[in-house]
Amino acid sequence: MQPTTHAEQHGNKHEIRNVTIILTVLTLLELSLGFAMMKMADGSTAKISTKIAIIILMLAKAYYIVGYFMHLKHEIRNLIMTIVVPLTLFIWFIIAFLGDGESYKNLRNTYDAHKKAVSTQKVEVKKEVKEVHVDDAKH
Amino acid sequence: MSTPTTAAVPTKWWSGGRSPFNVEYGKLMMWYFLMSDAFTFGAFLIAYGTIRFSSTSWPNPNEVFQSYPGMSEGTSAPLVFVSIMTFILIISSVTMVLAVRAGQEMKKNKVVLNLILTIIGGLAFLSCQAWEWTHLHHEGAWWGSNPFLNEDGTQSSTNFTNFFFTITGFHGFHVFSGVIINIIMLIMTLNNVFEKRGHYLMIEKAGLYWHFVDLVWVFVFTCFYLI
Repeated sequence: MQPTTHAEQHGNKHEIRNVTIILTVLTLLELSLGFAMMKMADGSTAKISTKIAIIILMLAKAYYIVGYFMHLKHEIRNLIMTIVVPLTLFIWFIIAFLGDGESYKNLRNTYDAHKKAVSTQKVEVKKEVKEVHVDDAKH
Repeated sequence: MSTPTTAAVPTKWWSGGRSPFNVEYGKLMMWYFLMSDAFTFGAFLIAYGTIRFSSTSWPNPNEVFQSYPGMSEGTSAPLVFVSIMTFILIISSVTMVLAVRAGQEMKKNKVVLNLILTIIGGLAFLSCQAWEWTHLHHEGAWWGSNPFLNEDGTQSSTNFTNFFFTITGFHGFHVFSGVIINIIMLIMTLNNVFEKRGHYLMIEKAGLYWHFVDLVWVFVFTCFYLI
């Protein structure tokens, strides 16, 4: 076996630094979206679009880690394909299973009266919190 | 995607002949192992997503994960602690890249330094996770017990904690094995094993595993803490 000589890598010394900066910026963007999302109403269009934006940023981070840190982008095409093509199964995986979950929820909430009752019944607020509210009402 | 110029890349030889993928055999097998591992994590995360989609409501991560060590009572700081964990892992991934590159340049001292930094990063991440698990456990969260309510104020099932502890636990186990692998790599480097062998290819394989651990955290972090 021959030792690897990576002559081609000496040219891109800045690559590590650049990818580090990109990953940091993407993480900060994700976090700022996460903070912005806290004020949005659950199930609103704004919140769902923010979640989609976060997922896109996540995939971008995955691309930079696999492509540059794991060096896959610089491997030959055949190797890239044997890794990436099987992973496309995930596209079906995600659509099929999440769709199934959504459908199960809708079916249960439509036809299972007990389940529907349980899933909409709010839990009593804790005692201490309640007392404070009573006090507030008195004053 | 640019087509790599095969002519510029030096030929890697397998004992049976020329490598069809122009990588060392062990590295290719590491890639296939990581692919199978990706499917395992993918299955976990998709199961989590399916259950979440089939639930009418789900606990709000910003209410569940809002603590950090030494914080005062009554304050809440969502996302802060987990952001620190994320950065620790990204930085340890960077030091691993530097260790791999130093290995390709046959600079033993640089390999040793960067491996030590990577190990410290891994241990720091594991400590953070240990603290978080302990904290959640004190709040009454564990497999089969969920003290948190759903976002809309309804009773939550134990699905939330079961998935959280199983998936972050499985990832934490990977980090732990990664730290052990890196410690072995450090000992081998210090014993001049790679120096005598004439190459640091083993570090590259360990590096692939370590980056994969970081990659999985990107997904776990997004799925559990952000959305």
